[in-house]
Amino acid sequence: MKKKNGKENLIPIAVVLAVLLIWQLVCTLKLVPSFMLPSPVDVGKALVSDFPLLMHHAGVTLLEAGLGLLFGVLLGFGCAAVMDAFPIVKKALYPILVLTQTIPPVALAPLLILWFSYGIVPKVILVVLVAFFPMAVGLLQGFESADPDMIRLMKSMNASRWQIFTHVKFPSALGEFFSGLRIAVSYSVVGAVIAEWLGGFVGLGVYMTRVKKSLSYDKMFAVIVLVSALSLLLMALVKIIQKYAMPWEKRK
Amino acid sequence: MEKNEILIGEHIFKTYGEKTILNDISFSLKEGELLSLLGVSGVGKTTLFNVLSGLSKPDSGEVLLRKDDAAGDDAYLKITGKTGYLSYMLQKDLLLPHKHVIDNVALPLVLKGVRKKEARQKAAEHFKQFGLEGCEYKYPSELSGGMRQRAAFLRTYLCGNRVVLLDEPFSALDTITKAAMQEWFLQVMSELNLSAVFITHDIDEAILLSDRIYMMMGSPAKLTKEMTIDKKKPRSQAFTLTDEFLEYKKEIRSQLFIDQIAFS
Repeated sequence: MKKKNGKENLIPIAVVLAVLLIWQLVCTLKLVPSFMLPSPVDVGKALVSDFPLLMHHAGVTLLEAGLGLLFGVLLGFGCAAVMDAFPIVKKALYPILVLTQTIPPVALAPLLILWFSYGIVPKVILVVLVAFFPMAVGLLQGFESADPDMIRLMKSMNASRWQIFTHVKFPSALGEFFSGLRIAVSYSVVGAVIAEWLGGFVGLGVYMTRVKKSLSYDKMFAVIVLVSALSLLLMALVKIIQKYAMPWEKRK
Repeated sequence: MEKNEILIGEHIFKTYGEKTILNDISFSLKEGELLSLLGVSGVGKTTLFNVLSGLSKPDSGEVLLRKDDAAGDDAYLKITGKTGYLSYMLQKDLLLPHKHVIDNVALPLVLKGVRKKEARQKAAEHFKQFGLEGCEYKYPSELSGGMRQRAAFLRTYLCGNRVVLLDEPFSALDTITKAAMQEWFLQVMSELNLSAVFITHDIDEAILLSDRIYMMMGSPAKLTKEMTIDKKKPRSQAFTLTDEFLEYKKEIRSQLFIDQIAFS
């Protein structure tokens, strides 16, 4: 893995700080009315004052995202493994998979709520649908990236298909697995919020619609900040897990 | 059939689509012998190895392996189209990047169902002989090209078959590493009690390592010329500087040249 030097790391942080500063200036100079655009300081205040309530909602959202991610990863893994093992299944299924990704999740959420009511189920299903695709595509590509000569060698050693899968194909797909997982993680949080938005009793999305209706845009921005922060944290977590799961990468 | 012939190819034909690759290839490998197939790249040497190793079936012809307890008429086993009877080593080392060297090397044992711990123990016994001591728990990416190739050869050896197929095992190495590897290979082969078919396009390598050389020529490929290298084993790189060596080389070169004209 490449080691970035400290200065390069500072550039994006500086840009973010600059944007925040300009934003704050715009607000304090009243260039935009405060009910339309709350200042970063207001958002920070809202975040602090609402923190316990936000955490309560975030817990539910994370549960939905986590469950959906789990099932999405399993489903994606299964699909990719089957498509890799049986080319005919790949031919039949792959175009349909791509097609499903052209349907916006926002359009699906009301249908899911209609079918599965306002509880946790439609949210989890929506997360499964958005998390599953990057996993399936990434893993399939990973399985197919296995060296055909290595597979020939395994066959010459009388290896079974299962042995070829566990010793060669799956390990060579680990890199893609984690890349897919990073995308799936961020999709899953966003997916859960969108599903909540369109109907439910608890969760960050539900809270967001409530504060929007009461025109508390500072609180709404606070939720947005929290959702981003959660996604970033989870993505960082995936990166850490990857580092431990693939120790041979860092010794290169 | 002579009793000391361990592997026999009989009238092997192989066609891919319209193109005939192997045209009536017959040969025999004697026990303890190193037999080279010498020919230009793309002549069909690897196709022949795929047939011998059982990875692909010939259109016609048979591959016969002498049984361990060879006696009577059915001393030979038909292994045509069956994998697992011959150990195959390819030009690329094909070590799995995610496994420690010891687990890479022990892979054939694990595939046969030997428990991991036991397989590691068995593999570890050979690390010194293969010049890999201390590398057991490194990853392949931490080894040099020569060491990786030695590890690949140890893995091939641990497949446990008496006959090994070596497909240009040293051709990816630089000249100096290659010479050192050949020297080591000559020594270790004399210790291991293996018989080997060796593919190469390097004339010097073929003369240095082989007991016998078949020249493989033309399209479709035939074995056009057989040559015995009488120099006693064990040999060393010093052999390559002798007049005797040069004589062999001259003969092979003239033969290759003649054949090229004949087929073009």
